Amino acid sequence: MASTTDVGTTGGTTASGRSATQQVDRRTWGSLPGWLRRVILLAVLLALWQLAATLNETEPASIVGPWPTAQAFVEGWADGDLASSTLTTMRLLGLSMLIGMAVAAVLTTFAQWTRLGQDVLTLLTSILNPLPGIAVLPFAILWFGLSESAIVFVVANAVVWPIAANISTGFRTVPPTLTMVGRNLGLRGVRLVRDVLIPAALPSIITGLKTGWAFGWRTIIAAEIVFGVSGAKGGLGFYINDARTFLNVDAGFAGIVSIAIIGIALESAFGLLERRTVVRWGMKALA
Amino acid sequence: METVSTPGAQATSGGDGPLLRVEHVGIDYVTGGRRVTAVGDVSFEVRPREKIILLGPSGCGKSTLLKAIAGFLQPSAGRISVAGRDRLRPGPDRAVVFQEFDQLFPWRTVADNVAYPLRVTGRPRAEAAQVAARFVEMTGLTPAADRYPHQLSGGMKQRVAIARALALDPTILLMDEPFGSLDAQTRTRLQRELNEIVARTHVTLLFVTHSIQEAILLGDRVVVLSHSPSSVREIVDVSAIADPDAEAFVHVRRKLRGLLARDGEEVEGGVDD
Ligand SMILES: Nc1ncnc2c1ncn2[C@@H]1O[C@H](COP(=O)(O)OP(=O)(O)OP(=O)(O)O)[C@@H](O)[C@H]1O
Ligand SMILES: [Mg+2]
Repeated sequence: MASTTDVGTTGGTTASGRSATQQVDRRTWGSLPGWLRRVILLAVLLALWQLAATLNETEPASIVGPWPTAQAFVEGWADGDLASSTLTTMRLLGLSMLIGMAVAAVLTTFAQWTRLGQDVLTLLTSILNPLPGIAVLPFAILWFGLSESAIVFVVANAVVWPIAANISTGFRTVPPTLTMVGRNLGLRGVRLVRDVLIPAALPSIITGLKTGWAFGWRTIIAAEIVFGVSGAKGGLGFYINDARTFLNVDAGFAGIVSIAIIGIALESAFGLLERRTVVRWGMKALA
Repeated sequence: METVSTPGAQATSGGDGPLLRVEHVGIDYVTGGRRVTAVGDVSFEVRPREKIILLGPSGCGKSTLLKAIAGFLQPSAGRISVAGRDRLRPGPDRAVVFQEFDQLFPWRTVADNVAYPLRVTGRPRAEAAQVAARFVEMTGLTPAADRYPHQLSGGMKQRVAIARALALDPTILLMDEPFGSLDAQTRTRLQRELNEIVARTHVTLLFVTHSIQEAILLGDRVVVLSHSPSSVREIVDVSAIADPDAEAFVHVRRKLRGLLARDGEEVEGGVDD
C-alpha cells in the first residue's frame, strides 16, 4: 500500500514539471507501478540465477537453475518429504515460541512487580540477548543429547530474550495517565492488565514476537543443519544438508526456496497484524 | 434541550451538607529518601451542584490535591471525605478529566472510549452504547464517533474525555486543567460548552486551573492557593459573574490577581484577559 502511494506522488511531481509529451517519452523506473517493478526485479534475479547455473555446469551439478529447483520443489511437496521436514521445523519452532513466550511472561510479571525481578531481567537480557542463539547448541547437545529437546532448548533460548525485553519495555512505557484512567474506572489487578496495560503495550509486544520469531527461525535452521551433520534426522535444515550430502542439489535448492517462502509469509503475517491493530490505532507509524 | 438527571448527585444532596470535605490536608512526596511537602494545610468544602475552582501558581500542588481526592494518593495529614466516606480508593464516582491528551484509549473509537467505562461499571452493552451515544452527541462529537483518538484534534480529544467522565454520572467531576494545552480560541469555546453542559447535567464540579479568566468564567467559588507547601489564601465567590466586560468581572479579576501576586507570582497578563 505504501509503495503504491509512493509511486503516485513521485509520478505527480515528475509530471508537474514537464509537458505531457515529454512525460510519455521519459517514463522513469519510479513511475512504473509497484507490482511491475517487483516482477521485473524478480525476473532479473531468476535470469542471473539461470546464468550462474549455466556457466557452472559441472557433473554432478553444484548449482541448479530455477527450473530444476521448481521441479524438485513440486516433487518434494508432492511426495511428502519436503512437507514433513517443513512440518517438523514448524512444530519445533512453534513449541519453542510457546515456551519462550511463557517464560517471558513469567519474567516480565516479576519485573513489573518487584525491583529485584526487574534487575534480574535487565541483567539477563543484556547478557543473553546479544548472544547468537546457536552458540549454546554444543552444550545443549551435551545436556540433552542429539534430541529434539536440544533444539527446542536452543531455539526457546534464542526467542525468550527479545520477547521479554520488548514486553517489559512496553509495560514500563505505558503512559501513566492511561493507567490512572483505568484505575479511575475502578479497574485493578488482572482486569487492569488485560484491558489497559496489554493493549497499551501492544506495539512493543508485537515487536517482541516479531523479533523473537525472526531470531528463532534463523536459529532453528542453523541448529538442524548442525544436527544433520551429527547424524540426527528431521527438519528443513537437515533436509538441505542431507540433499547436499547425497548430491541432490535440486532438492537442496528447493529446501532453501521453502525456507524463504515461509519466512516471507510469516513476516507479512506480522505486517498484517500490525496494520490491523497498532498502525490502525495510530500507536505505531507504518514502517 | 433535555435535562439529564444525575441520580448520583441527587442521592447525596439529601441534606445541605457538603459533598466533598477537605480538612487540613497536607500531602508529602517522598523521592530518593527525601520528603517534600507539596500541599501544606488546605481546607475547603464542595456542596452538591457547586462549581469549585482550585486556582494557584504552577507547582503549588493543585494536581496533587486532585489526585488525593481521586484516590491516587493518600494525604499525609488531615482528611478528605466524599459523601461522608474517607480513605478513598480511585473510583468512577470521582471521574477525572486530565490535562494530557493521551488519556483516551488509542485502541478504542470515540464512541467506545465513552461506552467502555460504562460497561466496566456494570451496564449492559446495549445500554452502555446508548448512554454513550447521548453524551457523544452532547459534546458535539457524533460525526467523529467512529474515529480513533489519533484522528482527532486536541480539542476534540478533551471533549471525548469530558463526555466519558460525564457519562459515568459521577458524584463529583474532577478536572485538572483540561484546556491547558489548547489554543486560546478552542479554549474559550470549550469553556462555554462546558458551562452549558454542566448547567444541563447539574454535575458537581471541581476544576483546577491557573487561569484567572477561566476560574471566573466557570466557577461559583474560587479557592485561591498559595505557593507550595500550599494553604488556602482565600475563597472568593464568583457566581453570577459571566460577562467578561462587566464591571464585577473586572473587579473580581483584579482581586484574584492581587491574591496570586502576593507570592510574587508572575500573574498572567493581557493574553487571557
Ligand atoms: N511524583 C512526584 N514526586 C515528587 N514530587 C512531586 C511529584 N509530583 C509533584 N511533585 C511536586 O509537588 C509540587 C506540586 O506539584 P503539582 O503537580 O501538584 O503542582 P500543580 O499545582 O498541579 O502545578 P501545575 O499548575 O504546573 O500543574 C511540585 O513542587 C512538584 O515538584
Ligand atoms: Mg498540575
